[in-house]
Amino acid sequence: MSLADWEPVIGLEVHAQLRTKSKAFCGCPVVFGAPPNTAVCPVCLGYPGTLPVLNREMVALALRVMTAMDCTIHERSIFARKNYFYPDLPKGYQISQYDRPLATGGGLEVSAQGRTRRVTLNRIHLEEDAGKSMHEFPWDDVPGGVSLVDLNRAGTPLVEIVTEPDIGSAEEAFDYLGKLRRLVRWVDASDGNMEEGSLRCDANVSVRRKGETRLGTKIEVKNLNSIAHVKKAIEHEFERQVEELEAGRPLRQETRLFDPGAGVTKPMRSKEEAMDYRYFQEPDLGDVVVPPDLLDEVRASMPELPAPRARRLESALGLPAADAETICSARPFADYYESAVAHHAENPKAIANWLLSDLLGRMTDADRLAGRVPLPAAHLAGLVRRIDDGTISGKIAKELLPELIASGKSPDALIDEKGMKQVSDEGPIRDAIAAIVNANPKQVETYRSGKTATFGWFVGQVMKATSGKANPAVVNRLLKEALEG
Amino acid sequence: MTPAEIEALLDGPATALAAAVNAGAVPASELVERALERAARERERLGAFLALTPETARRQARDVARRVAAGEVLPLAGVPLAVKDNINVAGEPSTAGSRILAGFVSPDDATCVARLVAAGCVVVGKANCDEFGMGSSNENSAYGPVRNPWDLSRVPGGSSGGSAAAVASSAAALAIGTDTGGSVRQPAALCGLVGWKPTYGRVSRYGLIAYASSLDQAGALARSVRDAAVAFSVMAGGDERDSTSLSSRVPDVLTGLEVGCEGKRIGVLVEAGAEAGGLHEDVKASFEAAARLFSAKGATVVPISVPRVPLAIPVYYLVATAEASANLARFDGVRYGARVDAPELSSLYRKTRSQGFGAEVKRRILLGTFALSSGYMDAWYGRSMKVRALLSRDFAAAFREVDAILCPTSPEPAFRLGEKTGDPLSMYLADVFTVPASLAGLPAISVPAGFSKEGLPIGMQLIGPHDEEPLLFSLARVLEAGTHASERRPPAP
Repeated sequence: MSLADWEPVIGLEVHAQLRTKSKAFCGCPVVFGAPPNTAVCPVCLGYPGTLPVLNREMVALALRVMTAMDCTIHERSIFARKNYFYPDLPKGYQISQYDRPLATGGGLEVSAQGRTRRVTLNRIHLEEDAGKSMHEFPWDDVPGGVSLVDLNRAGTPLVEIVTEPDIGSAEEAFDYLGKLRRLVRWVDASDGNMEEGSLRCDANVSVRRKGETRLGTKIEVKNLNSIAHVKKAIEHEFERQVEELEAGRPLRQETRLFDPGAGVTKPMRSKEEAMDYRYFQEPDLGDVVVPPDLLDEVRASMPELPAPRARRLESALGLPAADAETICSARPFADYYESAVAHHAENPKAIANWLLSDLLGRMTDADRLAGRVPLPAAHLAGLVRRIDDGTISGKIAKELLPELIASGKSPDALIDEKGMKQVSDEGPIRDAIAAIVNANPKQVETYRSGKTATFGWFVGQVMKATSGKANPAVVNRLLKEALEG
Repeated sequence: MTPAEIEALLDGPATALAAAVNAGAVPASELVERALERAARERERLGAFLALTPETARRQARDVARRVAAGEVLPLAGVPLAVKDNINVAGEPSTAGSRILAGFVSPDDATCVARLVAAGCVVVGKANCDEFGMGSSNENSAYGPVRNPWDLSRVPGGSSGGSAAAVASSAAALAIGTDTGGSVRQPAALCGLVGWKPTYGRVSRYGLIAYASSLDQAGALARSVRDAAVAFSVMAGGDERDSTSLSSRVPDVLTGLEVGCEGKRIGVLVEAGAEAGGLHEDVKASFEAAARLFSAKGATVVPISVPRVPLAIPVYYLVATAEASANLARFDGVRYGARVDAPELSSLYRKTRSQGFGAEVKRRILLGTFALSSGYMDAWYGRSMKVRALLSRDFAAAFREVDAILCPTSPEPAFRLGEKTGDPLSMYLADVFTVPASLAGLPAISVPAGFSKEGLPIGMQLIGPHDEEPLLFSLARVLEAGTHASERRPPAP
């Protein structure tokens, strides 16, 4: 027996923080990194007598995610209380959705190991976040053994996106999370930042022998703080579970924590210790009602989604699939590209090449996500146009790039200013060639004796004499005439 | 005004007192001092108050004086108000009768308090109550019981026992309480007062310390139907801070208050008569007399059955306790109120809640937790919610036959302190006639309708369809005018 006889079955539960201005059920601002317990009020502190009031913006942003994932959106859904005690949960229950979530079904297309398939969703529901408990501190004045609670995050609006046990490999899970993160950002619903916790993932992993259809014992893995950790944790869990089963040790349903340092999972609690959340309908809030016209409004305001947009760039503009995918990795980045193409529609491929090589290489990941390209789209288009119409050579263009970026000047202005306009007039080029031929009789004789490989040397001399501005095509033609006469 | 005239004003209806203040006949600042003296007296004598609020009262009295001087006419100008201690008043303690909230000071006013204060009320104190509103005798207050001003050896009812005792003893002209299963109506009945609960959602719950959110409503206790109706007209209305509050137009309860009952169909609740073993004979006599009175005044009185009324108590004690088990989870000693320190988290929770909650609260938390537990949820909470829906349907069917339903508020007059404390089930049955309207979200009012042979007040309850408060207040007025029961006051201290 070996790993090859087994397959993992994975389900992911992703919490995405919605980019609302205020919290889910009170007027407090949603902030990250503010001093502890400064973005709080009696409502999110769970003071006696306070009541939650639903933030409509939360519903509107959640509907964007649900629409993007092609879910069935229910006109009526209800909130439920999820009951458990923890110091960072001020009310002693979390307002969530349980048996009647806002959306069910839907899915997301993923690609892994050369295979593209659709991961199906079980549901997407609304809920509020808890605060943060802190057990280690950078401050000297906190005595050891003390835990402190920051409730700034308490009441932050979330959607929980739950897949079916439908993911067949760690690679697929990795791609799903990347695509999901891109999508929630794409529709302006979430920052999707796992490091800041605005996107969080728990994985349910079981294994079964290939060919088996029944599900194995489910192990829930928590504390997955990056997409890479999710992949690692699943790979580890797969191997661990197979090892246990092959050694004849049956698995018990439990929750485990991923230790990123060691790359392994460790037991957290078993099924016997599992929480009974005692869900019941939240009596402080009415039904969540999504009237058809609100849904129409959301649909009308949706941008073209990344997958169809990449396919359109491929088919309509002839981009290679990989380039289209990279351009569609973030909506502002794709918008930049298409804006450049709008300025110079004749050569989308060249614009893509410039963007993905010369420009992307000078950008951080954050720049790409924000579409912060160091050159205005019109200038990139202008640069490619001047190459295409022979005003400058590609080589000159590359030389110009740093100054284009630094100065913010338009390509035409900079070409003019620096006199970089390519020379295509035959007169001055002929003069330069004549001078070089006259000054280098030996080289001319070598060439004429058949060593035509020295042609490049002559081209270089001419370019040098014309400060690189001579049109290379014209130089080639006239040089050939002169040498082969 | 002479001191005696001022005292008479404080003994009289709130509306008469407000008229005198509006007319400039008596300064609000003078009234508030006399009212605070009375509240201090009844705090000592009856245990009616957990805290007096002199600074708040004086500030509010100054505001009233300023507004009246500027020509404003306030419906409740200068009226001394007692606020049940599970309702928030800004800057004042709210313990809800529990040790676990000892030291907690509320940051803001409950919406109903803010509305009453804007209408001229002056908050003189926080009234004693059963812990978190859980009780029918006020004996579940962590801070001691309340005595019934009609007979100091008897309970005032509960859970708004302090509110009822304060108004019955004229320490306040008006009080507000919360009514989850009868906690305003039953003490009103036992203390000879008018007490109402509105259609669910008609009065904002913002600022009420939640017991059972789908049942909790604020209501008022007053010495006359008119006072009670004015309080309704002030307190009612939508509130953007309470999503379950009704934004529809508030029904006008004042214009038609004196229209009488001619042509109305009044249903005498069959299930109340069937409560033969439990119904006190004097209550039974008042019940029959009330039916005769309505008939004599031109109403058509018919028997009406609401068949699932006998199921209301078990359903109530599952639904209310289930919600309470969640609502009371926030009292964990972490952020406010009392904390019993411990070296680690679970024992901090355990100690704080073990020492902070009283026996009845613990009983209900356990019952509610059980009703929601995995494996039991469908059988207990789930079925209760189904029966609750069926009970509402029963009422809807009944209201196709009659305009309002008449039944006693409580099966018996005020019982003795300690009489039922050893037997929770018999205590729960004190709510047998009030709980059905709560479960169905219906408006209901208790109005004095007579006295027992021992001289204890007896209250009758009128239950109406949603938003039929105008009808209920006008029918209550018929009983009030016909029985003269509101005119008798308890013995003076």
